[in-house]
Amino acid sequence: MTKDGALPKGFERPSRSPSQEKYEKVKSSSKTTTLRISKFNPESDSTSTFSEFKVHYQRWTTVLDAILEVKSNYDHSIGVRYSCRQATCGSCGMIINGKPRLACFTKISELDSDLVTVEPMNNFPIIRDLAVGFERLIATHKRIKPYIIRDDSEVTSETKEFLQSPEDVEKYIQFAGCIKCGLCNSACPTMATDSSFVGPQALAQAYRYVADNRDKGKDERLKIIDEPHGIWRCHFAGSCSQVCPKGVDPAMGIQLLRGYLLGYRK
Amino acid sequence: MSNIMRESHIMKIHYLTALVAVGFVIIHIIVRVTQGFANSLEFESVIANYESIPYAIVLEAMLILISVHGFNGLRIILLELKQGSAYENAVTYGCLIAMIALIAYGSRTIIMASMGMVEA
Ligand code: HEM
Ligand code: SF4
Ligand code: FES
Repeated sequence: MTKDGALPKGFERPSRSPSQEKYEKVKSSSKTTTLRISKFNPESDSTSTFSEFKVHYQRWTTVLDAILEVKSNYDHSIGVRYSCRQATCGSCGMIINGKPRLACFTKISELDSDLVTVEPMNNFPIIRDLAVGFERLIATHKRIKPYIIRDDSEVTSETKEFLQSPEDVEKYIQFAGCIKCGLCNSACPTMATDSSFVGPQALAQAYRYVADNRDKGKDERLKIIDEPHGIWRCHFAGSCSQVCPKGVDPAMGIQLLRGYLLGYRK
Repeated sequence: MSNIMRESHIMKIHYLTALVAVGFVIIHIIVRVTQGFANSLEFESVIANYESIPYAIVLEAMLILISVHGFNGLRIILLELKQGSAYENAVTYGCLIAMIALIAYGSRTIIMASMGMVEA
């Protein structure tokens, strides 16, 4: 840049370059929407209330972007959990316009609504506002032993790595995509009334390991889920699979697991 | 019942009783629609049904199958409604006892009527 701020000779931008035009067009395409955020502090509030904010958004603005914009400019107290902003960490699950979704994976433009209401996930205890406690999910996930069970280990000098054919991997890989976001547990009607239900997230993971041919823990795991608040309390509403952002399809995993328990899968 | 039976065994019974009950209910409906309805609820007509041994067996089978399925269904509903070990034990044993009591009482009626022990 030259002293007076102009670009050096030969580097001047044409007054309306195509990229400049595109930028202006996008800028003018910015719309506004009302973001309603559920506020609740279990230590001081008896019911939740809503705070409303006008937010600007572009085609690509996510609900998480909008919440963070409000948090930095208007209300620092908003309780929200997030980390990766790319549908990988599973932190930002919440109810967006009535449906459990990841806030970082939901664009405001795709909601097709003038009002965006965000609430904490159902079937989870509220810590504050949009942040919920994951103790139950972590406990049920641990309960189904989410790891390969076998006596020998991959890492001795005598053993080789366990080779799997593409067909072997195909049997479980869809279920290995789970990011433990809890949206499935939030959507599940049995989770809403049965506080001891193991839940779609853990059941899908039970299938993920049972279907893995390196694993020898099938009987152990099937025994854990074959109890009064286990796999049989799924009535195949299918809501879990509808809301899963990673295409895991817990409802299918549950039906496949039932096959082992009913004896038509080995 | 978890301490008595594994849940998968209970559910196998649940699905099987439902399917077999459908078969018996179909037989029951076919018999009824082929008999004419006019006096079917007269005391003598009802007793005559029980005195036909094959039909009494159909009724007894329906009683057992639907009681087993129904009370287990009720147990499932109640276990999902509320949790807690005292409550769950009460539900489980309550449903089991009610199931046995209903089957016993219904069987008593079927057996007495089919043996001609019920007088008008
Ligand atoms: C002849 C009468 C009946 C038939 C044919 C029948 C049939 C069935 C069938 C086929 C199922 C399996 C469907 C599924 O798992 O989603 C089922 C499930 C069920 N039935 Fe029945 N049923 C009858 C009566 C009853 C009664 C009287 C009750 C309750 C008082 C009952 C309660 C249930 C419950 C709670 C389930 C759900 C079990 C589960 O999904 O885990 N049923 N029934
Ligand atoms: S199965 Fe899907 S919805 Fe459920 S926790 Fe895993 S990624 Fe989330
Ligand atoms: S912030 Fe990580 S999944 Fe949304």
